[in-house]
Amino acid sequence: MTIPLEHVIGLSAILFVIGAVGVVVRRNLIVMLMSIELMLNAVNLAFVGFNTAWAGVEGAQRMDGQVFVLIVITVAAAEVAVGLGIVVSMFRNRDSVDVEEVSLLRW
Amino acid sequence: MPVEVLIKTVFILLVVVGAFAPVVTWIERKQSAVMQDRIGANRADIAGITVLGLLHPLADVLKLLTKEDVVPAGANRVMHLIAPIIAAVPAVIAYAVIPFGGVYVFGADTISLVVADPDWGLLYIFAIGSIAAYGTIIAGWSSNNNWSLLGSLRASAQMISYEVTMGLSVVGVFMVFGTLSLQQMALAQDTTLRLFGFVEWIPGLYLPELLSRVTIPAWGFVYQPLGFVMFLTAIMAENKRPPFDMPEGESEIVAGFHTEYSGMRFGLFYMSEFIEVVVIAGLMATIFLGGWSIPWLSTRDIIDGVGSVFETGFATGLCLILQVVTFLVKVVAMIWVQMLLRWSLPRFRYDQVMDLCWKILLPLSIVNIFVTGGAILYFGAGR
Amino acid sequence: MSLDLALFYVFAVMALVSALGMVLNFRNTVASAMSLVVTMVSLAGIFLLLGAHLVAVIQIMVYGGAIVVLFLFVVMLLNLRRDDFSPGRQRALKAAAVLGGFVVLAEMLRMLPGNLPVAGILPDGYGTYAELGVALYTDYVLLVEMASLLLLGAIVGALILAKRKIQ
Repeated sequence: MTIPLEHVIGLSAILFVIGAVGVVVRRNLIVMLMSIELMLNAVNLAFVGFNTAWAGVEGAQRMDGQVFVLIVITVAAAEVAVGLGIVVSMFRNRDSVDVEEVSLLRW
Repeated sequence: MPVEVLIKTVFILLVVVGAFAPVVTWIERKQSAVMQDRIGANRADIAGITVLGLLHPLADVLKLLTKEDVVPAGANRVMHLIAPIIAAVPAVIAYAVIPFGGVYVFGADTISLVVADPDWGLLYIFAIGSIAAYGTIIAGWSSNNNWSLLGSLRASAQMISYEVTMGLSVVGVFMVFGTLSLQQMALAQDTTLRLFGFVEWIPGLYLPELLSRVTIPAWGFVYQPLGFVMFLTAIMAENKRPPFDMPEGESEIVAGFHTEYSGMRFGLFYMSEFIEVVVIAGLMATIFLGGWSIPWLSTRDIIDGVGSVFETGFATGLCLILQVVTFLVKVVAMIWVQMLLRWSLPRFRYDQVMDLCWKILLPLSIVNIFVTGGAILYFGAGR
Repeated sequence: MSLDLALFYVFAVMALVSALGMVLNFRNTVASAMSLVVTMVSLAGIFLLLGAHLVAVIQIMVYGGAIVVLFLFVVMLLNLRRDDFSPGRQRALKAAAVLGGFVVLAEMLRMLPGNLPVAGILPDGYGTYAELGVALYTDYVLLVEMASLLLLGAIVGALILAKRKIQ
């Protein structure tokens, strides 16, 4: 493959850490959900990178990485739908999407 | 090779975007005038010579270029600027995969008259259609205006709903032709079918010799008539053309999501809608009407026929010109059909639009897929 | 530097810059969403370069064309305009988290060279959607069915969560 695998996985790692830091640091619930999407995207990139690296395998395992990516995209879509439903009902109750306003169980 | 791509790109930009899109604005005015029994716009002139109103698009462009760019106070300036760009660019680049001519062999090299022909050409068009939705969404939100926001919400819901139906309507075509590449689809439609061939499948009926020689061109429309209607509906709704122009609701919410746009920003929205009309026409022509192929005269026939009198290179060149002209004629025909639909149907209400998508078109397209699958299994690879 | 590699670096830089723009944009949620779209489209470009054509197109259609549109829909529905979401309480904990993130990243990047399998030559006809379709519907058909059930559950869940309570 013309693109060195280290570069692809390195990019995936950097994007994953950016997403993880985003989830921890941000207060806006919608941006937290978007950072989770970024993490899932980074993982998709790693899957596709490895799938291309192992393209010489014959038989049923050849498209494993890409099948997994399709399933991850499906799960991400389902999770975003339900997550945004939660955000909408939280907004109706508290009139804010700030995560710090619903942290009742924290000291 | 890059030179070839450059020439094809320039041809598409010149003919489609440069020539067709302004002419479509003229067609809209003149066709609506003829349908409504009036004359239409014919006053624009250069030094007293009016050309049936063909100078009106030029006058429009000049007017839009010289108008002041008003950005409303409190609007997000960056978003307000990039929204028309996001709406316009996907309309133009959609033409990268639509073939305007066939595959020709000139001695040693083979040229295929399409800018890019990946295996998944049709999916490319759906993908950039999804991106085009953002122009509408950002335009409404960035204008700091309640009515623009309303138009934008309606637009985004309408566009993403019809993307689903658009995709499902062409699965039938995909199953019949076995490929998603538009050039391969056009090549597969280059032959003819026997019109009464289905009689052979009915036991007991006899097919007379004369009737078995009646042929029709093997166009997508013949294989998938329901798919044609559904896809035309879905893609006109995606483009927010009347009768689906809820988002622009010209008499209800001022101008919908592009209320606060003036000058060339509005010009970009306006132009992108007409460029998309040409894209829709090109797509329908390629998938359902046989693309660049002349009905009843396949490429082989023309090259062999003319090649027996003149030399093969000349025959191939003549064939090329004829087929490109055929493609353009089909595009003009589909533009005419879209204008007909636009000026004869009233605007749908928003809930009617959503009902049509989810309750009527979606089940119909799934039924279409099942019926097509059954037919393919029963009849073998044809029909 | 072949064209593929140059394009990969262009897309990689675009993805990184827009990912940072999404996470660090403290004032405008819609701008964060648009940066996420740019990230996803650049990642789709990288998928194309790696030969995964169908996955790239599906990424643009589903992720960039539906999921982020859903985000924007919610932002516009709730009319989240006056945003002021700087990191509030527990700044020290968050700073420690960022630092920890950097440490983990450095460790991952240090471990990369030499530990990955050697990439082979790409066979002809790799990455066609026909192959992916065959794999999905013969070996992994159960996975496809489970994914559809999951989507059904998500639709029902989202409907129930977002419904207003019937008085």
